[in-house]
Amino acid sequence: MKIKSTIIAGAALATLSAFAAQAADTIKIGFIDPLSGPFAATGTNGLAQFRYAVDELVNKKGGVLGGTEFEIVAYDNKISPKESLIQLKRAIGEGVRYIAQGNSSGVANALTDAIKKHNKRNPDNRVLFLNYSAVDPALTNAKCNFWHFRFDANADIKMNALTDVIKVKKDIKKIYLIGQDYSFGKSVAAAAVRFLKEKRPDVVIVGNELHPIGKVKDFTPYATKIRASGADAVITGNWGADMIGLGKAIGETGLDVPIYTYYAANDGITKTIGASGKNKIRLVHEGPLNPPSSAAYEAYHKGFKAKNPEKDISQFRIANTVQMLAAAIEKAGNAQPINVAKALEGMEFTSLHGETLTMRAEDHQMIQPIHISVHTDEGITFDSDNSGYGLSTETTVAAADTALPTTCKMKRPM
Amino acid sequence: MFELIFFSLLNGIVTGLLLFMLASGLTLIFSMMGVLNFAHASFYMLGAYVAYTISLYLGFWVGLIVAPLVVGVLGAVVERYGLRHVHRWGHVAELIFTFGLAFLIEEIVQFIWGKDTKAYHEPEILQFPLFTFFGQNFPAYKAFMLLISIGIFIALLLVLTRSRIGLIIQAAITRPNMTAMLGHNVPLVFMGVFGMGCALAGLAGVIAGPALGTFPGMAVVLGSIVFVIVVVGGLGSLGGAFIASLLIGLLQTFAIALDYSVSDILVAFNITTDAESAFRDLWTLSLPQIAPILPYLLLVLILIFRPTGLFGKRES
Repeated sequence: MKIKSTIIAGAALATLSAFAAQAADTIKIGFIDPLSGPFAATGTNGLAQFRYAVDELVNKKGGVLGGTEFEIVAYDNKISPKESLIQLKRAIGEGVRYIAQGNSSGVANALTDAIKKHNKRNPDNRVLFLNYSAVDPALTNAKCNFWHFRFDANADIKMNALTDVIKVKKDIKKIYLIGQDYSFGKSVAAAAVRFLKEKRPDVVIVGNELHPIGKVKDFTPYATKIRASGADAVITGNWGADMIGLGKAIGETGLDVPIYTYYAANDGITKTIGASGKNKIRLVHEGPLNPPSSAAYEAYHKGFKAKNPEKDISQFRIANTVQMLAAAIEKAGNAQPINVAKALEGMEFTSLHGETLTMRAEDHQMIQPIHISVHTDEGITFDSDNSGYGLSTETTVAAADTALPTTCKMKRPM
Repeated sequence: MFELIFFSLLNGIVTGLLLFMLASGLTLIFSMMGVLNFAHASFYMLGAYVAYTISLYLGFWVGLIVAPLVVGVLGAVVERYGLRHVHRWGHVAELIFTFGLAFLIEEIVQFIWGKDTKAYHEPEILQFPLFTFFGQNFPAYKAFMLLISIGIFIALLLVLTRSRIGLIIQAAITRPNMTAMLGHNVPLVFMGVFGMGCALAGLAGVIAGPALGTFPGMAVVLGSIVFVIVVVGGLGSLGGAFIASLLIGLLQTFAIALDYSVSDILVAFNITTDAESAFRDLWTLSLPQIAPILPYLLLVLILIFRPTGLFGKRES
């Protein structure tokens, strides 16, 4: 039944595209992320945020194209690239034309290749890839393609913003880099070395350490080493249990220096680090939480907490993804992925926070303000993990200053 | 440098003694029943989670006493109604039983407590730096862990060598049939030892939970290393387990602390390496990078050169 209607819709699209989009009952967004296994907490959290964003920001406001609603269809990929490709096929078969994925750059790399191939072979039912979290720089550089859009800042952009902050902090003279021993950990370290050399040649990198991912039971020896190195600041891309262990161990040695991180918040991390990381742990992220930015965001946040008291808006970019997709569909006048993609390219958009975001046309990388926030319990309106602790914005790097040149040579379809 | 060595020494001893609490139970169970209990680290995890739940309502100290008891009873039940039945089909069946049990416990823990890391914290009266040396703090909680572990070691040693129960246990280890003939209830002794071993693992979990994190992967992280200790120390030897625990604890800590690479060693022998050679990855390999495999390397070496372990009496 569904396949049949897809074929009919597909045939109709070829001739009467605008009409066909009107005829479809909903616009389906396939959410392909881990919903079971060790990373299930992150995946289900993302799904809840997508569902809420779609309801609150699109469907309750009358949908798009005069009444068509968005629908989130969840597919569990167990964070495996292989499983993701199977789920992608299934999603396309079920009439999904928009794929949202974020956890793991390994999966994103597999999906972007598969979607590129699919669109080449099936020009009549193309698919758009909305990457809301995978931050491997390659996705919008060497491996960029027309059908992939990234709504999060990539790892290099985040490091660029972070080193901009370090550039003016003249009291930081020695920096210790520590990360998980795999592609992401290594790329964070490499970017840190590159940008620091450029912006603060006087800074000494006193340690560049990689530890096995998910296997360290006690971070105390690492913390002792960091302490003994005399570092004035620590930079890490650690996430999950590795972030908690490192944060706690550094806190216990009494080392009072800033620890710059990518992922030290939410999903139990804020609660566990608690007082031991106060005014030490800092996060490089998009979407400021405290102090509250706007009434619109405040209402959105409170609505989400009322529905999901145990969860947090840990990935604000999900709201941007949904809103920008809706705006692009309206601008295109239909829901055909190729027209929507063209509408998304170069789109300027004002987020719930009141920030101006741009989807850069040349590589489909979102250019947005980046915030450096500190983990504290003072002046927190919106806390994380219901712990009383949350992120308070210290510095904001303007969107234009975060933008990095891209090596992308985009091939656009005719 | 002295600062690094001093704190690495302390950290190594804390880690080593914590490992000993796990290994002591495992080695006793092995020497008595001939079973390598794969689920041993799972009881450690259970201890942490049970204590976390208790601490939410009644505080840390109640958890410290009650959680090991709960885990110990659970262990005894597993022995009485699980392992004892499986025993009839030999050691392989028992091994597979404990292997399955480890997975089962991990899934159950995730089912009950979820996948997030739990905010299990040290009690407030222990949240202060005990002393500061070269500007680096040594947390009081670490000292508390140290004291508990040493206390357990002494208590175990006294019970096993100076008490009547210890006498029967030692007899049951070496001559189970003869002990049974003399009128002792050997199955009960087995159950007691298994329960006691699990309770010790649970206690280790209770005190390690706040320090090392309470999360579903905590058993896996520690599980394999405990086997290394038992083998290196000699299967069934309590003293061996003690020495091996300290050895592994110090080995791991110092391997991370000391930044030496293969090329540094070669330079010491006046051998220069070519930075562009095909083996450059090997030359740049540093001690902290290979730290996680060092215990296993030791395991392999011990099995080759001294299969009975450092203090083991028999070959198994």
